Amino acid sequence: MSRRDTQAAPQLTLPVGERDHARGAAGAAVTLVEYGDYECPYCGRAYPIVKEIQKRLGRRLRFVFRNFPLRESHPHAQHAAEAAEAAGAQAKFWEMHDRLFERQFALDDDNLVEYAGDLGLDAERVRKELAGRVYEPRVREDFRSGVASGVNGTPTFFVNGVRHDEAWELEPLLATLERAAKVK
Amino acid sequence: MKATPDQWVGLDDFHGNALIMAFYPADWSPVCGDQMALYNEVLPEFQRYGATLLGVSVDGVWCHTAFARDRKLHFPLLADFEPKGAVARRYGVYRQGDGWTERALFVIDGDGVIRWSYVSPIGVNPGADGILRALQSLAGERAPA
Repeated sequence: MSRRDTQAAPQLTLPVGERDHARGAAGAAVTLVEYGDYECPYCGRAYPIVKEIQKRLGRRLRFVFRNFPLRESHPHAQHAAEAAEAAGAQAKFWEMHDRLFERQFALDDDNLVEYAGDLGLDAERVRKELAGRVYEPRVREDFRSGVASGVNGTPTFFVNGVRHDEAWELEPLLATLERAAKVK
Repeated sequence: MKATPDQWVGLDDFHGNALIMAFYPADWSPVCGDQMALYNEVLPEFQRYGATLLGVSVDGVWCHTAFARDRKLHFPLLADFEPKGAVARRYGVYRQGDGWTERALFVIDGDGVIRWSYVSPIGVNPGADGILRALQSLAGERAPA
């Protein structure tokens, strides 16, 4: 006998927690989670939109980024994600995150190590950690949590744990966040 | 069904292992592309459960070959081409007026029994979460108590 799934708005299966890279306080009125890929052009387009949203919502917003590298389509995406995690291990995740989206067109391993140096990180350590695939399991964990939560492509956003299926241009995304912030 | 110009596959070929059948309307249309691209990325997750993924549409085998090569797909696409849609009809997911299949997912267990199915609105990528949940529950049944 076949069973049919009912259609409901997919929800985050892995709640935001200590493991995550977050900007903003845990007690913020609204949490925006992005599953993204540093080499994905749409994520590149979403990047300044998220920046603007952070500016407008200020302390009412907590923003979390999780990796969803589409390795088959984007050959540099996996290593770029690992480089961001490597920077995170040296307390500069967000600096690297920004740099990667601003330099989406140059993401080979030499570039990644160069950015680590530019940001004042121990670049040699980042190079070694990339070569040793130290953060591969962590990136894979992000990816798996995305698949399980109904991430079908990048970028995919979740607002207070519920997948945002509307457009992610500034106005509709901001409107959804404002609504969610009032509910809480 | 034809898998390559000179290769045929049937349910019996997968006896003992879980099988995922992903019917989709057509090669090259944007949403299917995204859906198949997602499955291409998620393939290692399916394989963790020992499951084989098959994409199925009414496109012919040469069309599938070109599509799979262009998208670098690592799983077979089967041609439900002659008689057209015959397999989809048996699964109840052929769209008579349109001449293509629904966007439908089936998870079939090692004994050939359909254990989970889902028909997505035609324009919506159904994702992989439902498939993974179905595989998880199958794996749970097999685990010793």
